Amino acid sequence: MRIRLEKREYESKLLSVGVSFLMLFLALLAVAIIFWAYGVNPAVAYGKIFRGAFGSLYGFSETIVKAIPLLLCGIGLTLAFKALIWNIGAEGQLLIGAVAATGIALNLAAPSYVILPLMFAAGFVAGAAWSLLPAILKAKLNVNEVITTLMLNYIALKLVEYLVYGPWRGPEEWGFPYTSKFPPEARLPRIPGTRIHYPTLIIGVIAVVATYILLNKTKIGYEIRVVGENIDAARYAGINYLKTVLLVMVVSGGLAGIAGVGEVAGIQHRLRMGISPGYGYTAIIVAWLGGLNPWVTLASSILLGGLLVGGDIIQTSLGLPVAAIDIFNGIILIFIIAGEILKRYKIRIVR
Amino acid sequence: MEVVYTATQEPPIVFMKGIVKRFPGVIANDHVDFEVKAGEIHALLGENGAGKTTLMYILYGIYQADEGQIYIKGEPVEIKSPRDAIRHGIGMVHQHFKLVYRHTVAENVALGFARSFINPIEEVRRKILEFSERYGLKVNPDARIWELSAGEQQRVEIIKALYGGAEVLILDEPTSVLTPSETRELFKTLKEMKAENKAIIFITHKLDEVFEVSDRVTVLRKGKVVSTLKTSETNKRELARLMVGREVLFRLERKPVETGEVLLKVENLTVLNDRGLPAVKGVSFTIRAGEILGIAGVAGNGQRELVEAITGLRKVESGRIICMGKDVTNCSPRVIAMLGMAHIPEERIRLGIAPGMSVAENLILKSYHAKPFSGMLMLNWGVIRETAEKLVKEYDIMTPSINTPAKLLSGGNIQRLILARELSGGARVIVAAHPTYGLDVGATEYIRKLLLKQRERGCGILLVSEDLEEVLNLSDRIAVMFEGEFMGIVKPEEASIEEIGLMMAGTMRLDAERHTKRGDL
Repeated sequence: MRIRLEKREYESKLLSVGVSFLMLFLALLAVAIIFWAYGVNPAVAYGKIFRGAFGSLYGFSETIVKAIPLLLCGIGLTLAFKALIWNIGAEGQLLIGAVAATGIALNLAAPSYVILPLMFAAGFVAGAAWSLLPAILKAKLNVNEVITTLMLNYIALKLVEYLVYGPWRGPEEWGFPYTSKFPPEARLPRIPGTRIHYPTLIIGVIAVVATYILLNKTKIGYEIRVVGENIDAARYAGINYLKTVLLVMVVSGGLAGIAGVGEVAGIQHRLRMGISPGYGYTAIIVAWLGGLNPWVTLASSILLGGLLVGGDIIQTSLGLPVAAIDIFNGIILIFIIAGEILKRYKIRIVR
Repeated sequence: MEVVYTATQEPPIVFMKGIVKRFPGVIANDHVDFEVKAGEIHALLGENGAGKTTLMYILYGIYQADEGQIYIKGEPVEIKSPRDAIRHGIGMVHQHFKLVYRHTVAENVALGFARSFINPIEEVRRKILEFSERYGLKVNPDARIWELSAGEQQRVEIIKALYGGAEVLILDEPTSVLTPSETRELFKTLKEMKAENKAIIFITHKLDEVFEVSDRVTVLRKGKVVSTLKTSETNKRELARLMVGREVLFRLERKPVETGEVLLKVENLTVLNDRGLPAVKGVSFTIRAGEILGIAGVAGNGQRELVEAITGLRKVESGRIICMGKDVTNCSPRVIAMLGMAHIPEERIRLGIAPGMSVAENLILKSYHAKPFSGMLMLNWGVIRETAEKLVKEYDIMTPSINTPAKLLSGGNIQRLILARELSGGARVIVAAHPTYGLDVGATEYIRKLLLKQRERGCGILLVSEDLEEVLNLSDRIAVMFEGEFMGIVKPEEASIEEIGLMMAGTMRLDAERHTKRGDL
């Protein structure tokens, strides 16, 4: 008896999403083994994660809080991945967005209806600019964007570190590496009783709708899809590759930048180290789990937001190490990517 | 073909009985019986998709049959991998060679076969020279593969098979990459091998080759054996009918057409290849309305670069391209296409379609950016769908729906899709590169007729093809390309196949006088 892989005749969208969620389930099983090896009852752990993330109104609101940056980054990545541009730099683009918003919040006194839009705009522009260099290098010189975007993450991180330890350190912060608190006008409104900074959430949902329309209904979306399907055919069809790469990277980076604005203006109210627990990386899973479909990405961002919340909870209540959640995410991504083969092949057992 | 072999009768060296192989949605081999005797050349004839290669992949252990049994010299055997096949004395020369390009001939042969662990190259080199001598397989064992012509590379593949101890040699469409003279040499080699009692299976869809080289022929159609015949007892017409299932027109009628104004003019064109070396060297020609200019030549002599330069996909180094009176040298592919140039690309899947996108989306690949398919920003899906439905019907594209991903279509239908897209826009200049390559007889006939119809409509057509038959059949004038230059432009009715063959091989060049007399340069 042997197990053979046979090419599928059809790759349906439903199948593709189904496989992703099947692989997610298998990943959770694999993580259960790690829990068990660590001496934690997996059922108890998953129970805590689920109840923590979705079992109470407060828990769910925290899930949404985490889902906001995941959604914004994930939608941007969906767009880039559609064009087969492997932007791994959402984390850095998010941080740069946060830096830009902080620069405005700390230096400009204005009413909120002026300063908040300005902060969002600055965040978008900064994130977009941060992705511009890899985009140009990719389109002009065919430099691998995985490496350039990834490396720029570290540069962004170090820039934040330099700013909060150096020129932007708040004088009243007792020497902690924080900037001063933002003035109230530069803080995003929240849904009362929660930390959900709803303006960012609304931008995220608009991004979902806009991306869906962009990809399926517009000329530019058509070009993006052709580039992603077959770059040679795109050239043959007269599509401008440079323009397409710049566009997806600018939007992708810009949306990540907006996520960064949300974190500083909506949650932290200051810039400091650790404003993102790796949202930009987790967003890769969000986009992939979403099958590069904007609507499914909306769902997968909430799911992974929940996992982040649940992860925090089991860290504190079960005494699991901080790295547990990274292991968690890593395993999920490996399973989802491994599942790609099931979308194209079916397993057959032959005698 | 129920055969019982008695003790007095020698069993065939290969006997495949009742072979069934299913792929999703198709039966590639449907209870196929096939036998080859030692000392015969057996042609396996059929259209693309008839199941020839599948059957041979089963014999060579690449695929496993779902049903059926293989006998070698009368003994039932199981062939689970090419390694098993080689052990049973079966060798295969694939259509696309499996060679390491940076390594030498001897190193390629040694790979996988050398018995001794420490530096086997000396022994391998000796053996190569021995095979070269014996079968006329001229090749330098120390040459690197990338230095060799396609014909020489094929010889290396044959030597590899012989080195593995092959008594049965399978050749998958071996002449598709060869010049006429290389083909003749190959046939000579095959006959030498036959004289040494080896069995040769020769996969082909070219009828002339069947008669030139084979002793028997088995015809496959839609996965089934239609017939096995002695070559001496059949004729071309009968084989064609067996292969296609109906009568085939060998000569398409090329009506006399009054040629009109110059539509495409190429002057002194020089184009570099990917390595930065000149691939097209100072080529000039014109094409008038109602005229087909065929470009014959072995692949890799600059045809691809010429086509890419004309269609805007490759930078022109020097020279000019004038399309319908406008200088389009180094213009973008879109500008040239908008002017009215259609391009049927050489590698239809690599270049011609976005495989995961739907038939409808692929049909607008060239025109999506213009009215009526889109406005300023948005695609106009209503018009796109309507047009797609119309084109699918008009060009007879076999697809479940216009929403089916293009990659699920067969090769012939992908080509129909491309033709529908390229020809429906009312183009006046058509650049067709290998338009029927790899397609079956039915689709080939359809596409050739379509090109002739465009010619009658007053289009100017540049036809690049390796299929000499096709070039001779369709063209008003033929340019033979060798190492980036035109060896001459001739009229098909004035040139002999031998002459063209010599020009393809670069051994003959028409002088300027004859040039001007025959081609209207």
